[in-house]
Amino acid sequence: MSLLSVADLSTHFRLPSGALRAVDGVSLDVGVGETLGIVGESGCGKSTLGKTILRLVEPTTGSIRFAGEDVTGLPPRRLGAFRRRAQMVFQDPFASLNPRHSIRKILTDPLIVHGIGNRRERARRVEDIVQRVGLDLAALDRYPHEFSGGQRQRIGIARALVLEPDLVICDEPVSALDLSIQAQTLNLLGRMKADLNLSYIFISHDLSVVRYFTDRVLVMYLGRVVESAPTRTLWSMPRHPYTRALMASVPDPARRRHVAPIKGDLPSPQNIPGGCRFHPRCPLATDICARVEPPLRTFDGDHSVACHHA
Amino acid sequence: MTRPDHASRPSGAPLLAVDDLRIAFGAREAVQGVGFEVREGETLALVGESGSGKSVTALTIMSLLPPGGRIVQGSVCFEGREITALPPRESRRIRGGSIGMVFQEPMTCLNPVMTIGDQIAEAVRQHQPLSRKAACARAIELLDLVRIPDPHRRAGDYPHKLSGGMRQRVMIAIAVACGPRLLIADEPTTALDATIQSQVLDLIDRLRRELSMAVLLITHDLGIVGQWADRVVVMYAGRDVEQGTPADLFSNPLHPYTRGLLAASPRLDDSHHYSDGPLVEIPGSIRSAEGEQGCAFAPRCAHADFRCREAVPAVQFLSGDRQVACPIVIQEEHRVAAVRR
Repeated sequence: MSLLSVADLSTHFRLPSGALRAVDGVSLDVGVGETLGIVGESGCGKSTLGKTILRLVEPTTGSIRFAGEDVTGLPPRRLGAFRRRAQMVFQDPFASLNPRHSIRKILTDPLIVHGIGNRRERARRVEDIVQRVGLDLAALDRYPHEFSGGQRQRIGIARALVLEPDLVICDEPVSALDLSIQAQTLNLLGRMKADLNLSYIFISHDLSVVRYFTDRVLVMYLGRVVESAPTRTLWSMPRHPYTRALMASVPDPARRRHVAPIKGDLPSPQNIPGGCRFHPRCPLATDICARVEPPLRTFDGDHSVACHHA
Repeated sequence: MTRPDHASRPSGAPLLAVDDLRIAFGAREAVQGVGFEVREGETLALVGESGSGKSVTALTIMSLLPPGGRIVQGSVCFEGREITALPPRESRRIRGGSIGMVFQEPMTCLNPVMTIGDQIAEAVRQHQPLSRKAACARAIELLDLVRIPDPHRRAGDYPHKLSGGMRQRVMIAIAVACGPRLLIADEPTTALDATIQSQVLDLIDRLRRELSMAVLLITHDLGIVGQWADRVVVMYAGRDVEQGTPADLFSNPLHPYTRGLLAASPRLDDSHHYSDGPLVEIPGSIRSAEGEQGCAFAPRCAHADFRCREAVPAVQFLSGDRQVACPIVIQEEHRVAAVRR
């Protein structure tokens, strides 16, 4: 059964310079204990999608169902239970922790906000989570600036997990970290998932990390899903020309000095091309691609592609 | 394009030679002894994580060390000439002239209230006695050289009108405007998207060949190193710990730090999945060794013994271009060599 089920979700922004269709008709499901990866380049809407699912940004159309309940139309005061069960880990561990709050306060506040436990129970939960993420109890009385980037990200993870959520949306959780710290952080997220039976939505631009860490992947381009498949299937048989180009763009020691696989710039999400959004950059594009937006078609049950030529 | 006269330089000498460079900010040494050479026409990658000293090293080569930073010892020779103690006029002539540079953030490097054509023309006129009109024509040629479509029209654009990738192309145009012998590119694609990153790296490499210049590529990305570098210097905590070709490094990494990095990074061509088990970790962080003597990597190293904690390991030269600063692997290598004999 799906823990999260999102149908035809759109998030449009009205800007002085015109409409911005950040997310434009995205559907997805996340099962219990599953990690869904969302990949794409800047402007593809992956971060807005994450925020819209948590209703940190209001959707324009579409529905979000969480654990069987439609949370799309819930008034803010009734969002509490959903927010406790669905948490977020942000990219920048420097910007997302209040520099004037001790780690103890950063980790206790969510419990107070959600009215969980009494003072003693809260202290116990905070001490438990801080150790689970690999920090000393002494860390609780220190402040964010006293920690390295990797340690801060552990604190960000602890803050999300202290509420014992079912779903955690991780928005580029290791992109700001050095390589040797990335592995530590991914292993921590993996351990927490197993220990607490979590589901993740893992948003990233880094295909190597997504390949390692996810069960299923959505590839997004300018607000739309262009391909969706189980991780192993996607890597053994990418069908969309954009997915293939993205994979071929990852620097790879095995490909010495090869020519860039794709030409042209990313269009602005405020100026989305007609027909297939990818057609101006696509090596396979024909007349139909400029005129008709391809629907997401399903192959072999769980592999979907939006391409006229797939 | 004018070429500096390098007849005075003995043939076969490297284009750039950095030797035992140490740079301090106050009492803290950010670079604690780095040495490497860049040869004519090659791409040398300086790879390391934040705090490894790679950017400070690059800034020193360009005489752009930020205030508070000072060279404690060591030398930087460019075209056979010591350039660390040149008067400002002289270093300005080299910087932007025979050494070009590209930084990570193209937006903060470009002047927002000046058209890109004027900015390129200004850079050209700093170093070449051209009329305003000739410099503008040269700017358009350069925009064409970096594959900006419709360069005549684009020359009149302001930076905010351009995408990140296009801005980085403009920065590259400025960097190569005076036909440099060496292009220093400090994380040139870190702020760019994947499909744009490969275009920009492709462009830098094409210019390297077309303009016969060398490239010093500073990056944290091992994939970029493997794909684009001829030789690699791995830096850790202000020192070069290993040098070799990408093939050496990827097939037979010697230093425990290099080995750890390769093992810790998920690779696109590797089917290792989280359900198969965790990634190999390097414990601790680059700060682990602060205030200790000996090898800076020792607190994170599974093989470290008493020798590593006593003194900083000396760089050992192995066959070919390989160098490594680790007593443990040197011993291993000797043992292997002895067995082979």
